[in-house]
Amino acid sequence: MTPMQYIQEHMQYWQVGRGLLSVHLDTVIVSFALGFLFCGTGIWAARRATSGVPGRVQNFFEIMVAFVDQQVRESFHGRNRLIAPLALTLFAWIWLMNFMDMLPVDLLPRLAHAFGAPHFKAVPTNDLNLTFALSVSVFLLMMFYNFKIKGLRGFGREVLSRPFGWYAAPINLVFRLIEDLAKPLSLSLRLFGNMFAGEMIFVLIAALLPWWVSWIPGLGWTFFHLLIITLQAFIFMMLTIVYLSMAHETH
Amino acid sequence: MNLDLTFFAEIIAFALFVWLTMRFFWPPLIRAMDERAKKIADGLAAADRAVRDLELAQERAIGILHDAHREAATIVEAASQRANELVERAEKAAVEQAARELQHGREELERAREQARMVLQKDVANLALEAARQIIAQEIDPARHAALLQSVAERLQ
Repeated sequence: MTPMQYIQEHMQYWQVGRGLLSVHLDTVIVSFALGFLFCGTGIWAARRATSGVPGRVQNFFEIMVAFVDQQVRESFHGRNRLIAPLALTLFAWIWLMNFMDMLPVDLLPRLAHAFGAPHFKAVPTNDLNLTFALSVSVFLLMMFYNFKIKGLRGFGREVLSRPFGWYAAPINLVFRLIEDLAKPLSLSLRLFGNMFAGEMIFVLIAALLPWWVSWIPGLGWTFFHLLIITLQAFIFMMLTIVYLSMAHETH
Repeated sequence: MNLDLTFFAEIIAFALFVWLTMRFFWPPLIRAMDERAKKIADGLAAADRAVRDLELAQERAIGILHDAHREAATIVEAASQRANELVERAEKAAVEQAARELQHGREELERAREQARMVLQKDVANLALEAARQIIAQEIDPARHAALLQSVAERLQ
């Protein structure tokens, strides 16, 4: 297999169906599995949670909850019971999916081949379908809270009168449209781009270097990429909190 | 890159996981943490209160100890007083007893002496009478002088 073929092989999804009605089974399987892993262990720990001396598992989840709670308290100024759990889910889920990049680049694809999958992309965040699903969900929530908190009139006034005043209403509207559409776009493309590039480097390392030397840059990039996947998950969470906070704020 | 059903599947997945987290995961942990924070605060407050209570108790204990000392001193004093009293009374009783015994002894002695004297008198009288009878026997007719001898004997007694 030439390096070119190897790289192309790693670019393909396990696609079932055709056109709009197709599904990337690899993305769906891995993302659901990791989501249930997170929720399952979390709920398991929460059910056994005690206000006495916490166990190790409970400690771990309490640290995460406290961390996210702290971020939300600092950035989000409204009152909303959804935001903090949403932020935690985003951070943990995205981090877990990004973490699939830390596994050896051929491990999951080989396993999937053994079970009959033609192609397999192990990193679900390396799929625009998923990153856009997240960012569009966040965008819909933004819109929902804009209307819920400010009302149709309040939101309309904000859209038409800011930032240049009532006389420039059309320009304000265009600005606002660009601003609000840029939010989900940048959210999803940032995450996708980082993960795509990260995995591409792993693939290139594996494709172009002989096996007895490829582990050296592979290890280096793994350490570096570990920072990136955490940072990307954190950025996605923080921006979501900030965007939803802006949707709650009435000027 | 094409958008397809994966997109909708992931929106559903996202909604599901957020719902699960918000419903079953987040609230129990937050509640446990808040409860623990409250417990710790209560514990610290209780510790402060306990320290204050301890100080008060120590003060009270010292007071009680002082009272006890005073009371013990008065009891000891009363006891020694009573002991002295008892000793005095016992001495007096002993002296009285001794005096009584002495008196008794003297009386006994007197009675014994009196008795001895009477016995001796009787013996002397009898001896005198015997001597007199032997002397007089040859000269006196008992039948004639009986009244005379009788009166002498009575006077001797």
